[in-house]
Amino acid sequence: MASAPLFRTEFWRNGPQPGSIYNFPGGKTEPDINPMKRTMNPTVTGTSVLGLKFRDGVVISADKLGSYGSLARYRDLTRVMKINDTTILGSSGDYADFQFLTNLIQERVIEEECLNDGFGYTPLRLFSWLTRVLYNRRSNFNPLWNTYIVGGLQDGEPFLGYVDKIGTAYQAPTVASGYGAYIAQPLLREAFETNPNMSLEEAAKTIDRCMKILFYRDARSLNKYDLAIVTKDGVEIKSSIVSETNWEISDFVKGYE
Amino acid sequence: MFRNQYDNDVTVWSPQGRIHQLEYAMEAVKQGSACVGLKSKTHAILVALKRAPSELSAHQKKILPIDDHVGISIAGLTADARLLSNFMRSECLNSRYAYDTPLPISRLVAAIGSKSQIPTQRYGRRPFGVGLLVAGVDTKGPHIYQTCPSANYYDCKAMAIGARSQSAKTYLEKHLDEFLDCNLDELVKHGLRALRDTLPSEVDLTTKNCSLGIVGIGMKFTIYDDDDIARYVAMIEGEERSRQTQAPEGAGEEGHSMDTEEAEGPQDPVAADPQVEDRPMDQ
Repeated sequence: MASAPLFRTEFWRNGPQPGSIYNFPGGKTEPDINPMKRTMNPTVTGTSVLGLKFRDGVVISADKLGSYGSLARYRDLTRVMKINDTTILGSSGDYADFQFLTNLIQERVIEEECLNDGFGYTPLRLFSWLTRVLYNRRSNFNPLWNTYIVGGLQDGEPFLGYVDKIGTAYQAPTVASGYGAYIAQPLLREAFETNPNMSLEEAAKTIDRCMKILFYRDARSLNKYDLAIVTKDGVEIKSSIVSETNWEISDFVKGYE
Repeated sequence: MFRNQYDNDVTVWSPQGRIHQLEYAMEAVKQGSACVGLKSKTHAILVALKRAPSELSAHQKKILPIDDHVGISIAGLTADARLLSNFMRSECLNSRYAYDTPLPISRLVAAIGSKSQIPTQRYGRRPFGVGLLVAGVDTKGPHIYQTCPSANYYDCKAMAIGARSQSAKTYLEKHLDEFLDCNLDELVKHGLRALRDTLPSEVDLTTKNCSLGIVGIGMKFTIYDDDDIARYVAMIEGEERSRQTQAPEGAGEEGHSMDTEEAEGPQDPVAADPQVEDRPMDQ
């Protein structure tokens, strides 16, 4: 009896190996399966967001620049938004991720409004939800590349919170993201500690001073910014405030040419 | 075996526009022992009559805590109530996890409504055989809700469900205007008096057979029974009881929870009264 081979190494002459797909002459030889890849860096970014509590509410500010790397690519982006009459949100980092989450939030706000039961997002609810979402995304190695500043009135009291892309979250009377955390935060704290009961005018003035200093020192910033204000009367967004700058002493800066 | 030809399944309408299986499920609630819920401007309370299935067993729990701000009392199939309470607990926990906020009572009850509706419209399934009184507090104040096997739910000023609950309802209706401005002790007294009216005249409330749940603005949901309820039982002890004109609770007494008028047309074979017997699995 002729012994048949136990196992054939080819289906037919010049054919594929068992388990492989027949490769018609030519074409690509690489497999279609590649390692999963994810965006490893943000594209269009916004710089610092500042938040400050005052006597009657909260203010949040963010400048209007969208940087593409070091290129000042867009000069009229809005990075603060109104959620409802008691809640505002500001974001730094990847602008596309901000738009994505903005759409999601607005969808949820509308959905909740449709229930018409008198309950909606409060600053605390939004802050907590954002923290969960951001931490979940980072846990799946797919973070939303943003820092969010949530402000508003929670049960009539000013609320201000910070959440970053890995889900670190805290509440404080003054918060700042990005470069502002280094440059503006000490100024905001000083202002808040000397006068914890600022009026809106004083708070807006403090923010303006910080935004101006950030514009002087942060190369990815602009002296045109939005200011969102929450008080018991609702939300007001003052857009495109321009800080007057003074470059008289710039001639004295030497050695960086 | 079947009482009429239209009650084989929940998905079958009778020519009168009724769903008999749902009405039978509603009957299960009336077999359970009575529960009363009422609220003032600051508190919502539940009082319930506990039964012991036998001499040898303890009294069955009637009031269950759901979260710090909500509790329920149950009438009907205890096992179904346990499933629902489990669901309610997880809904409340999810709200606290995602939003760091207690779940609004209206949303919790709406979730039960949506959950209960499903087995009222699918063949081969049965509705929940339990009615709940939900007492809770949220940012809009105290609430009492009633849920039914028919998946209806009602926002109530005060409510009673379970066996002989009509007597308690009568009491509640009579004193409805007093509840809102009551202090807590007065509110509990009203609740206990309403509950006592469901009892036959030879039986009275004791620390063993009744249970009390209180939740209020700034007060977590707390259950009082045995020794803890003695203080409250003592407060109404010896009071003259409302006259006992206990009418037997006939079928159709409460309407059918559906907004259909009694339609003219072919009459269904009349459903026999559900057997009234002591069923140990019911509370």
